[in-house]
Amino acid sequence: MTAAAARRKTLGVIAEFPSATTLYQAAERVRDKGYRFWDVHSPFPIHGMNKAMGLGKSPLGYIIFCGGLTGFLTAASLEFIPSSFLYPLIVHGKPVNFFTVPAFFPVMFELTVLFSAFTAFFGVFVMNRLPRLHHPIFDYEQFRRVTDDAFFLIIEASDPRFSDTVTREFLEEIGGKDVTLLYEHD
Amino acid sequence: MAETHAPATVPFEERLPRPPMVLNNRSMSWITNLIAGIPEQKTPLWWYITIAITGSIAAFGVFCILYLLFTGVGVWGNNIPVGWAWDITNFVFWIGIGHAGTLISAILFLCRQKWRTSINRASEAMTLFAVICAAIYPGIHVGRVWMVWFMAPVPNPNWIWPNFRSPLLWDVFAVSTYFTVSVLFWFLGLVPDLATMRDRARSKVGKFFYGLLALGWRGGNRQWRHYEMAYLILAGLSTPLVLSVHSTVSFDFATSLIPGWHTTIFPPYFVAGAIFGGFAMVLTLMLPARSIYKLHDVFTWNHIDVMCKIILLTGSIVGYAYTMEFFVAFYGANPFERFAFINRYFGPYWWAAWSMFTCNVVIPQLFWVRAFRRNLITVFFVCMCVNAGMWYERFVIIAVSLTRDFLPSSWGMYYPTWVDVMTFAGTFGIFTTFFLIFIRFFPMIAMSEVKTVLPEADPHYHPPAIGGTESIKEAHV
Repeated sequence: MTAAAARRKTLGVIAEFPSATTLYQAAERVRDKGYRFWDVHSPFPIHGMNKAMGLGKSPLGYIIFCGGLTGFLTAASLEFIPSSFLYPLIVHGKPVNFFTVPAFFPVMFELTVLFSAFTAFFGVFVMNRLPRLHHPIFDYEQFRRVTDDAFFLIIEASDPRFSDTVTREFLEEIGGKDVTLLYEHD
Repeated sequence: MAETHAPATVPFEERLPRPPMVLNNRSMSWITNLIAGIPEQKTPLWWYITIAITGSIAAFGVFCILYLLFTGVGVWGNNIPVGWAWDITNFVFWIGIGHAGTLISAILFLCRQKWRTSINRASEAMTLFAVICAAIYPGIHVGRVWMVWFMAPVPNPNWIWPNFRSPLLWDVFAVSTYFTVSVLFWFLGLVPDLATMRDRARSKVGKFFYGLLALGWRGGNRQWRHYEMAYLILAGLSTPLVLSVHSTVSFDFATSLIPGWHTTIFPPYFVAGAIFGGFAMVLTLMLPARSIYKLHDVFTWNHIDVMCKIILLTGSIVGYAYTMEFFVAFYGANPFERFAFINRYFGPYWWAAWSMFTCNVVIPQLFWVRAFRRNLITVFFVCMCVNAGMWYERFVIIAVSLTRDFLPSSWGMYYPTWVDVMTFAGTFGIFTTFFLIFIRFFPMIAMSEVKTVLPEADPHYHPPAIGGTESIKEAHV
């Protein structure tokens, strides 16, 4: 096993923490140590963890704003082009020019919301690089409990400060249990 | 008076601790086992019996719809002047029920009402199924169902475009957007829980399907960061959306000239009524599920209590709207409007209007009493009354207003046929069948969200000394 393991590429090192509190404190330590490619895994989003990890606010909001703007412009063109140019039909004696815009508000609103919602939905998965049905950390049997009640901290081997020995000792020092090296697939 | 005040040094939280969201200090894995255990267990016998019944009703409803499509709208009781009858009544009834789910998932989220976590998943599912039932009606009531695509603004050889100034077209956009956004919101919330199902699955089929649907979710904070932002923004988008949908539905009536329809009070009145009826339906579905699956520690009496208070509040808003409508008809000096309201309460359909008023305004007043909010029988009784009352409300507004409009020579009565009745029953069959399938295969409570309301989910939580604050919490329940 160890010989086979040695030939494989290291993915990173994983440590388990007993609670959200200990994970939070460990994340602050890892952040202060200057690691860059690492993550904490928990069954639920932990309040304030972005700060503990040194991550800022998600930029998703700006992307969704662009999606919403697209929706608004789509609705405006969808309504004005047929109603004012292609087939200007006078209904209820209402105008066909710009002054009919109040009657167009509901569809503009709906399409703004629709496009924003689609952007939010697909945006979150694109930003998270999902769907990705398999990931090497799923090979670590303990990791199954992350969706139940377990808390993990992983430092990836691609991190410039990563070292098989020093990082392991560091994770043990900050309270990590079952500190284990993870390997990529052959 | 002074002795009733606790010393100023005792923090407020200790003098009046918040009731816990999850009772008996349950652990995270207990919650996972309880909720994920429901789809994992062997299918119970009652489920087969219930779905056989509801499935048969749904099948008969589908038969009625096909009969309508192959024969024509004449199989319904619709006539002139009552061109909109049970079809639109049922459409508005079902779409209204959906609103509670979005209110719970979006508006209560923005208001940081953490108790929503126990009921939001099931309510959102209920929203989807109710909107499916609602969407059937506008599709089939047009008669020539193969012409339904005319509602969509697509280029066509006739060179005809829909009228974007028509509330009916706004409705098409509002309802389809509402359904789509509700599906996206529901599925996004489901992903972390599907990952739980994936990680627990033992069968090959379970591993495959839950694994596929979970999209490879790993619960990393770099994922949660975007996830929480998307969830927040979807909640922010759904909030005006849910208020706009029933407003748009009410525009179908409010922008017309029929006495009893042509009123500006309709949008807020419809939205309050929708939330009112929807909460009653959530409780109607969730109280049996709570008893069957022993969810008492997660879906507690405190949850039922606050939901009853919302029913009381929205029911009173609806009651205010009924009275104000009547007052405006009296005060507004429009003889047709005044006649419409006298006819509504004292005309041939007086029984429908008074059933509506009793079920929606009078009976929910029971919820002023705490004992009635914490008694299964009274809560269920009031919810059933509200379900019926909200249907009557739509019937009274839509059909009864049409029976007697401006000209007495064009008055007429409306009588439903067996196809009307069975189609409506069929939508209940479709609704309950979908809900049964949902609770059988999906976690019906949002596990990942319930875990966030446990005290130990707070990263600054310190476990209390044994026998400390625990006893206070128990006593408060």
